[in-house]
Amino acid sequence: MSVDVAWAVEWVRRSAQTISEHREELVELDRLIGDGDHGENLDRGFRAVVAKLDALDEPPAQIGDVLKLVATTLMSTVGGAAGPLYGTAYLRAARATATDELDSAGVVALVEAALDGIVARGKATTGEKTMVDAWSPAAEAAVHAADAGGSPADVLAAAAQAAAEGAQATIPLAATKGRASYLGERSMGHLDPGARSTELLLAEAAAAAA
Amino acid sequence: MSASDATRAFARVALVLVSHSRDLAAGAVELAGQMAPGVLLIPVGGTPDGQLGTDFDGIERAFAQATDDGRGAVVLMDLGSAVLTAESVLDLADEDLAARVRLADAPFVEGAVAAAVTAHGGADLEAVLAAAEGAGRMYDGDHPAPAGDASAPPTNDGVVRETRTLLNPMGLHARPAAVISRMLAAYDAKVTVNGVSAASVLALMKLGATQGTELRIEGEGPQAAEAVRVFTTEVERGFGEI
Repeated sequence: MSVDVAWAVEWVRRSAQTISEHREELVELDRLIGDGDHGENLDRGFRAVVAKLDALDEPPAQIGDVLKLVATTLMSTVGGAAGPLYGTAYLRAARATATDELDSAGVVALVEAALDGIVARGKATTGEKTMVDAWSPAAEAAVHAADAGGSPADVLAAAAQAAAEGAQATIPLAATKGRASYLGERSMGHLDPGARSTELLLAEAAAAAA
Repeated sequence: MSASDATRAFARVALVLVSHSRDLAAGAVELAGQMAPGVLLIPVGGTPDGQLGTDFDGIERAFAQATDDGRGAVVLMDLGSAVLTAESVLDLADEDLAARVRLADAPFVEGAVAAAVTAHGGADLEAVLAAAEGAGRMYDGDHPAPAGDASAPPTNDGVVRETRTLLNPMGLHARPAAVISRMLAAYDAKVTVNGVSAASVLALMKLGATQGTELRIEGEGPQAAEAVRVFTTEVERGFGEI
């Protein structure tokens, strides 16, 4: 299907579903190297997002409207670092998608804007065992897929695949940003929960367009 | 806010204390408020349902309340998401409000106390922010020098030295400490008292100087002589408390 407003709504609903399904896994990952609230917080946030979507009188006109609703709702309901981080990511992505349909370059712009938002808010870079380690390869892969002439759905699929690989690559890293950085080398050997939730969310972005 | 709080005249800079924990935010307000009763201190702790976390809407409301009546506000935050959420609120706030709010890169408790005391003395936004952020530096090297080096170097090194006895009965507590740091901010000079920076309210208070304590005041820099002179004058007059 095309990457339009219906896609954005579908992505959000699928996101809420996958976060709910993986809630315990995210809680456990975060309990190992953080404060254990990532799964619960994101689940609460996305439930609130869906409730707001359901309460809309008419569907949003632009993709950016959907993403902005996600941004503001996550910021006010998540209650942990994921709130402002994902909130800023979706907010930047919303500003990059003030349209009713995205072409391949538009999908690249969405992913890049989200990455920029995460980096601006968290001041993290790659290799620090954070969600940047999933978003950054996702943005790179999106660029390559678009340059190679891929469709918007292809670009999302490439980004999702790279995010999954990026998330797995956080396992051997020692955290130097975020709550896990207090553990230092003891964080090695564990998958970063923020990178894992990024992987889950981008997988649904691709699935919604497939 | 109770009605009596709302009608009280507050210092021109308020503090917002953002913590993951409701109790920690409330406790920090209690602690800082004891030394700065004239400062509006707003706790934002935990999530709206009382769990550990950060409350975006609560921070937004606190910023609005803190900057009401044209006040500025300095914000202290405990851990990661408190900082990220406060930054996000500020990013989305209107320009007029954002221009009057400063996020302090400071230790939560010490920064809150130092900022509150400085705000209580009537300082402006940047001075209160500097007091909060200066509180972090007391961990790296701003400790009292070991006793006994008072008579060490000769006077030919550009350092202005004076010794005075502390006269006021309550010692070098928060108010005189704030008076000193605020007064010295006007001079281009680095002044120490018994080895600690006189620019730091907390460092001064940590000296624990009581009535009768000998204060070794040393100044360096272009305006050292003037700075040390106003300092010794204040000590002699007991900071207006005798």
